[in-house]
Amino acid sequence: MPQAAARGDASPVVAFLESQTFRAIVYQFFTAGTVAFLLWYVSTNAADNLVRQGIATGFSFLQQEAGYDVGEKWIEHSARDSYAQTILVGLLNTLYVSVLGVILATLLGTLLGIARVSRNWLSAKLSAAYVEVFRNTPLLLQIIFWYALLRQLPPPRQALDLLPGVFLTNRGLIHPTIVSDPIHLWILGGLILGVALSVLLVRRSRLRREKTGKALPVFWPSAATITGLPLLIWIAWGMPFTLDVPALRGFNFTGGTYQSPELVALVTGLVTYISAFIAEIVRSGIESVGHGQREAARSLGLREGHILRLVVLPQALRVIVPPLTGQYLNLVKDSSLAVYIGYPDLVSVSNTAVNQTGQAVEIIFLMMLVYLTISLSISLLMNWYNRAIALRG
Amino acid sequence: MATPAAAIVKAGPMAELPPPLQRLSIAAWMRENLFSGWRSTLVTLLLGGILLIVVPPAIQWALIDAVWYAADSSACRAAAGACWAVIPEKHRVMFFGLYPYEEHWRPALALLLYIAGLAISGWSRTWRMSILLPLWTALPAAVLTLMLGGVFGMPYVDTSQWGGLPLTMVIFTGTIVLGMPVAMLLALGRRARMPVIRVLSVFMIEFVRGVPLVTILFTAAVIFPLFLPPGFDTDKMVRIVVGMAIFFGCYQAEVIRGGLQAIPKGQYEAADSLGLGYWGKTRKIVLPQALRIVIPGLMNHIISAFKNSTLVIIVGLFDFLNATGAAVSDPEWINYYTEAYLFVALVYFLGAYALSRYSHHLERRLSLGRQY
Amino acid sequence: MFGRLVLPAALLGAVFLAPVAHAADGPTVKAIKDRGALICGSDGTRPGISAPDSQGRWGGFDVEFCRAVAVAIFGDREKVRFIPLTPVQRFPALQSGEIDVLSRSTTKTLTRDTVLGFNFAPVHMYAHTALMVHKELGVTEGGQLDGASVCVPPGTTIERNIADFWTQKKISYRPVVIENLKELNDAYLAQRCDVMANFLPGLALIRAVQAPDPSAHVILPDVLVKEPLAMAVRHGDDRFFDIVTWTVYATFEAEEKGLTSKNIDEMRNSDDPEIQRMIGEKSDLGEKLGVQPDWVYQIVKQVGNFGEIWEANVGKDSPLGLDRGLNKLWRDGGVLYAPPFQ
Repeated sequence: MPQAAARGDASPVVAFLESQTFRAIVYQFFTAGTVAFLLWYVSTNAADNLVRQGIATGFSFLQQEAGYDVGEKWIEHSARDSYAQTILVGLLNTLYVSVLGVILATLLGTLLGIARVSRNWLSAKLSAAYVEVFRNTPLLLQIIFWYALLRQLPPPRQALDLLPGVFLTNRGLIHPTIVSDPIHLWILGGLILGVALSVLLVRRSRLRREKTGKALPVFWPSAATITGLPLLIWIAWGMPFTLDVPALRGFNFTGGTYQSPELVALVTGLVTYISAFIAEIVRSGIESVGHGQREAARSLGLREGHILRLVVLPQALRVIVPPLTGQYLNLVKDSSLAVYIGYPDLVSVSNTAVNQTGQAVEIIFLMMLVYLTISLSISLLMNWYNRAIALRG
Repeated sequence: MATPAAAIVKAGPMAELPPPLQRLSIAAWMRENLFSGWRSTLVTLLLGGILLIVVPPAIQWALIDAVWYAADSSACRAAAGACWAVIPEKHRVMFFGLYPYEEHWRPALALLLYIAGLAISGWSRTWRMSILLPLWTALPAAVLTLMLGGVFGMPYVDTSQWGGLPLTMVIFTGTIVLGMPVAMLLALGRRARMPVIRVLSVFMIEFVRGVPLVTILFTAAVIFPLFLPPGFDTDKMVRIVVGMAIFFGCYQAEVIRGGLQAIPKGQYEAADSLGLGYWGKTRKIVLPQALRIVIPGLMNHIISAFKNSTLVIIVGLFDFLNATGAAVSDPEWINYYTEAYLFVALVYFLGAYALSRYSHHLERRLSLGRQY
Repeated sequence: MFGRLVLPAALLGAVFLAPVAHAADGPTVKAIKDRGALICGSDGTRPGISAPDSQGRWGGFDVEFCRAVAVAIFGDREKVRFIPLTPVQRFPALQSGEIDVLSRSTTKTLTRDTVLGFNFAPVHMYAHTALMVHKELGVTEGGQLDGASVCVPPGTTIERNIADFWTQKKISYRPVVIENLKELNDAYLAQRCDVMANFLPGLALIRAVQAPDPSAHVILPDVLVKEPLAMAVRHGDDRFFDIVTWTVYATFEAEEKGLTSKNIDEMRNSDDPEIQRMIGEKSDLGEKLGVQPDWVYQIVKQVGNFGEIWEANVGKDSPLGLDRGLNKLWRDGGVLYAPPFQ
């Protein structure tokens, strides 16, 4: 410290003891010590408690047979499977809800955000009212409310027949599905190839435009490749198409696919709630692009579509993406509220495991770790995207 | 050079435009704001149509055909509209949960005191230490005394019996009061020059922000007692409030960090040159400015904490939402949960909306001094 | 000089004399006595079994047994605090010491007795998993329930039992697992599920108390799995386990000896040596157990014998209207059998 040195009467040792470096070391040592002590204290206590009461510890229970079924699943699963597999079923359900929620909330939120800044008074006001109402009521209340409402739908025998083969009951939404066929993989392959070709085309077009000022036509050729390739494969294979149509048999519908009321209530709640926040983000993003930008673009003779795509969006996205990431993360984490209405997500399924094995510490720790991994992956992905659209140079 | 310029620049003055209208006529306003083009017209017609289909039946149900008061549910079953009578019928359970019936005046009084206290401290004239300090020591003391009892002839009521809106209030306030210091320390820690403290703060903030509140509540409510030596009792409600405070604090820390980063370096240097130490600098110069910059963000998370207080029902506390659920599980009134939940939604909405309006007000008020 | 010696001498005396005076309290009993109240984990949402009434006073079959333990330790049925627990919270709450005793319609199983680290008191209700269906479905036995949606409380033995049942019958089902009992009941009543699986008293309760129309529901005759329900304590305090165990036995024995809350004061003067041993002035059983000397007398007086507890909470004249079935004394054809009180 300069003052200490200036005093001159202090020995180097005293000067060192009074220096900021020394104090910093002491503080850090103290903090690290406290944290280490707390961790040690907590873990020895837990270990003592568990040993004294003869409670089982460790993760070996994951290999044991779980013995319970899960109502909704994306992979084959039965009560004979292990806890690890059962928890995986729950994790897949969490991911399903999250992906569905993110897509729907983004669509609805963007629509509402654009409506909010629209020059149409009615749509602006309605959008504002929506945002205020849904943003200011608790999400859990909304989910419980939707669930209570869905339960009031008629039971299967009096199902509402919305479209041929689509039924709405208090067991959920039941709709036909296409019977899976080996060709589907090839069609998917064709789709991916089509997308890849279109990306190449867009690149070519941009290079061409930068060089010559003339762009290649992009939209129609890409649309044609993306839809055409899978279609061609399908036709070449002889157009296999079987629908699994639900039919009332016994207590429930057989065939088709169920979207359970728990799922519908959860996704509806998440989407209506999060989309209100996304709407605000989109609005602030659009408003952040100054009027001058649009006017300048217009005076350059750009068409409205081009203005939106080439001028407004790239600038708005820079404002939108970071807070949007936050909302996506919120949605994934909030999907854990599923436990209250009984959608078998990660938390819900793990809870049963806690109860049967009694190993709460291990399972809650595992749950946190899984969510942490999901959160970090989303953050990394969105950061990468954000860098891709950020100002260069 | 002269020729192209002549093509763009006009030689003479442009024709005068009509003056902008001070007040549009209704027709003109509608043309401007509802029917300005074919797209706008289409949107207006579509939305207007939906409103026409939805709003009149909703009003019919909620207001005209509604039953406002009934001794039992038979009047509701006869009516076509909403059964608001469920609220006067069940209000004691909804508002106070499991709290002993004869003692309900205590949480009711506590709630009134609390709201009065909030209203007083929200009013900028009272922002003096001589008013706020006594208020904010006396108020929580009075509220907790009323709720807990055990003195002045009031029977003791354990926190496991607390419920309803007063419990929501205690959880919300506890979360903010305990969470803000956590947030400030973590935010400062994350900006500290000392690597150990910085790493620990980052780890804590990112870990808590990466997991759902539900898992934190499980930890606090279910497994935390396992981490303590036997015979060491902790109150479940207190544990849950602490868990929520940590969750709140970690989000708030990031908001405050944003404020800290926005403070110009000159401020730090000026404080250093005045000879202020770290804490003096932080307390007198840095934090007041940082917090003022981030008021909207801070208020957002405070509103979130208010809404998140409903999550305690997952670990079995009888807050306002849970008590309402219990009230409408009475078979006689079980069909009128819509009305009960709508009422609860209204209460939460009013709370959250009031907070967000207040945040706007505060933001404007506090930025006045900066617009010189 | 003398003053300085008092404290060590007292400590020394305490160390030597305490075990002689009476059996030392274990950690749980000591904590209970220091606190001045027993903490009992219970359900809190099932009137008749365990629930606070509209004034916040806890009552019900499970609750009364906790009160009996409080009476044994303190001689006062009010010296107990109840903590409502969801199925998922109940075991960690007991393991961690948040509660002293769990009385929450908990089935005794091998796993719970061993790796979860619990000890179970004598069974105070012999029940079984049963199925309830909406009457309009016209189902008469479980084998007809192919493809049904089944409402199940999570983390219970029931969840496993129904998986086994449907597997044995080689038919399919779709579980709907909701932790919150209220939401679960509402889901069943709104016909979200065809079937409600629960232990028998739980089903009786839903039908009697929570259903708007009790006659619209049928409990099927199938007995899925035995569900012996008992109070649980954690390992580590055998003395407390003894207290809980013998408190339950005391309610059996009182019924067997014809002791009721009404006649207990007269019976105190009975000539029957067995009754004298239990509730007489000279009874030393309480001292041996480390509880109140007149504990059996107080339990019967303040809580009642087993039959009284049953009839008042879940019996024929209560809303639940349960038949005693196996829960009769051994001499009446049931399985309740208390070892000798001597």
